[in-house]
Amino acid sequence: MTLQDTARDETVLRLSGITKRFGALTANDAISFSLAKGEVVALLGENGAGKTTLMNILFGHYTADAGEVEVFGQALPPGQPGAALAAGVGMVHQHFTLADNMTVLENVLLGTGSLWSPGLGKPAARRRLQALSEDFGLRVDPDARVAELSVGERQRVEILKALYRDARVLILDEPTAVLTPQEADALFLTLRRMVAQGLSVIFISHKLHEVMAISSRVLVLRHGKLVGEVATHDTDRHQLATLMVGAEITAPAPAEARPGAVLMRLAGLSTTPQGNRPGLRGIDLDIKAGQILGVAGVSGNGQGALADLVSGVTSPSEGRLEIAGDRVEGWNPRAALAAGIGRIPEDRHRTGTVADFTLTENAVLESYRDAPNARAGWMNWSAARRTTEALIAKYDVRCPGSEARIRLLSGGNMQKLILGRVLEAAPRIILANQPVRGLDIGAVTYVQEQLIAARDAGAAVLLISEDLDEILTLSDVIRVISDGRLSPEFARGEKTPAELGQWMAGQGFDHAA
Amino acid sequence: MTEIVDILISASFWAAVLRIASPLIFATMGELICERAGVLNLGIEGIMVIGAFAGWMTVYAGGGLWTGVAVAMLAGMAFGALHGLLTVPFGLSQHVVGLGITLLATASAYYAYRLALPEVTNPPRIAPFEPLHIPGLSDLPWLGEALFSQTALTWAGFACVAAVSLVLYRTPLGLALRAAGENPHAVEAQGLSVGAIRMGAVIVGSGLMAVGGAFLTMSAFSSFFFEMVNGRGWICIALVVFGAWKPGKALLGALLFAGFDALQVRLQQTGMGQVVPYQVFLMIPYLLSILALILMSRRAQVPAALMTPFNRGDR
Repeated sequence: MTLQDTARDETVLRLSGITKRFGALTANDAISFSLAKGEVVALLGENGAGKTTLMNILFGHYTADAGEVEVFGQALPPGQPGAALAAGVGMVHQHFTLADNMTVLENVLLGTGSLWSPGLGKPAARRRLQALSEDFGLRVDPDARVAELSVGERQRVEILKALYRDARVLILDEPTAVLTPQEADALFLTLRRMVAQGLSVIFISHKLHEVMAISSRVLVLRHGKLVGEVATHDTDRHQLATLMVGAEITAPAPAEARPGAVLMRLAGLSTTPQGNRPGLRGIDLDIKAGQILGVAGVSGNGQGALADLVSGVTSPSEGRLEIAGDRVEGWNPRAALAAGIGRIPEDRHRTGTVADFTLTENAVLESYRDAPNARAGWMNWSAARRTTEALIAKYDVRCPGSEARIRLLSGGNMQKLILGRVLEAAPRIILANQPVRGLDIGAVTYVQEQLIAARDAGAAVLLISEDLDEILTLSDVIRVISDGRLSPEFARGEKTPAELGQWMAGQGFDHAA
Repeated sequence: MTEIVDILISASFWAAVLRIASPLIFATMGELICERAGVLNLGIEGIMVIGAFAGWMTVYAGGGLWTGVAVAMLAGMAFGALHGLLTVPFGLSQHVVGLGITLLATASAYYAYRLALPEVTNPPRIAPFEPLHIPGLSDLPWLGEALFSQTALTWAGFACVAAVSLVLYRTPLGLALRAAGENPHAVEAQGLSVGAIRMGAVIVGSGLMAVGGAFLTMSAFSSFFFEMVNGRGWICIALVVFGAWKPGKALLGALLFAGFDALQVRLQQTGMGQVVPYQVFLMIPYLLSILALILMSRRAQVPAALMTPFNRGDR
């Protein structure tokens, strides 16, 4: 309540007519808004809607093609983060901007004083940092190396960096994307303290429940345009979702599955642990046509090992792997592709795509040897380009074109390209490892519906997810993975989320074994 | 074995170690500054050549010794500025640019030498830096000759290590420089210019490399001749790795390498030199350096953004 009432009178920040183009793409189209003292404004929008671009302009990472930024009534010179910082604007980037091999204190001190002053003044800085830590509930050891900190702690360092420089306006870019629910709650407490002290916050997110919980006003961006501005207490999640996507959103509700033959069978199968990643420990698993099998579990319990095995990256150390009833020898990624396995990898940046390849090159990564992309050992790039352009149109991949580097795409659009690459190969088995992680609702719904459609067309889907809601929405049958072991198979609705949670915590395995 | 012990207890051996190490110390500090800011400077070999030539030429043309050092430094900084321009704002491949700078700087020095002295067959000599007499210390028996019979330039080299160390770890400038080599995005997000910091580091570092080259002509050999740098620049690149990008450890590496080098020259003159071909002795410092490198650098913390160009506004 107090959030809305304290201010409205004092404008701290005003953006007017901000326009930014990247090639043919207009990332921001004449966007104007203002921010009052002590206010949390949420900037809501799908991936690629232009939220981060807008904030990068405000903070001076990018220079706008048109428009102006005013802070406390003063025009901000464009393209200078130093000027933004001096004017009291701080930014917590989604990808943290910390030097990992340096201490927290060094990261905070970087760039604070004159470069030419003779000393660093660490003792005084340490005291100031500790005082700020306590004031805002951001506990962190000033002398710890950043590399040793957890993701949550690193985020605290980022916020402290801004506070140390007396930020009056704090921009947070997708701050909860990397946090556990508990850490996100702690962040919200900090933000409330900051607002109570008169700071203003711009909170970038695509998670509706967070926006509803923390903001006093919501700005909605879509395709680079500001399409809505509403007071949070006058709206609800449904309205926001509709504004954000530009259409009514309905969660997918899969029809009853009609499971068919077993396409892939793992019997008493184990793999070797790699580093701190557990291996599989004697699992039995039947993957059936026309069925979505959801594997639930807490991160790091063997999901990676299972995905690597199914996609052919690793081979079993023990046990049997059967494809369509035949025992497989010499299992590798090529064999997996040949067996009709399509993979949606967990990390689309590192293992799903090659960042500096074009969309065309990425789209044919798994079919570059086959007609029409290649003939007699020679690439047929014009055919590959046509294939890719068809794929871009069919799967609504928003991009500058088939010859753009895939690095330029937002996560959602990158995932759509990967999804298209998999589905166009008409796979018999789809390995979907965290297929919607980090995507906005529009993209989530799209990816999930496509998976259901593939199931209905007779494909087997192995869905690995750490998001229990996703597992419960999509899966026809559920297995829980814990420390490299698999629980028995549960039918849809057989177990409550709480019961599945107990399996995820490792309870029940000893009796079942 | 007794031959090695004899060598190790002779004062002239230790004096030679310090002398051989001096050019390496300057150039290694120069390379270290560049790499700490995120730029690999393979121009080092050529920049040492240009420094050796510019310093010598200044004195040969009638300038003072310190003027020569200053001119060498400026010449190095000019090539450093070119290297920085190509690798920092233009973001070109640091390997290719560095090798290009080495070829260009070396050829420029040789060309200028031929232009200035077209007829000369025997390289003319200059009056080099004299050993600095330190009252008291230089008169000590053994120690005086072993440690305190060096030129001012050698002492400047040691002072340079201390200065680099102080700046890197105790000043805001050093913090910003190290951060530019670790994560340029962190530097940018704190309102500093990655480009300016990296350019500055490459220019100053190249200046130091040139002084290292100048030591050869102005303190060691007294004349300039082709091939005189003879791979010392490449050794310095290895010394930075050996020193795990830390000035103190890099100094230790330079002394160690110089020790091996001084030792092999003296071993050639012993009984072993009669039986073993001298080329084998020439290999010793390099072989031992490779061994030391393997042992020392396995846990070294490489600057995370070394060789990663930074472009503002990139997505």
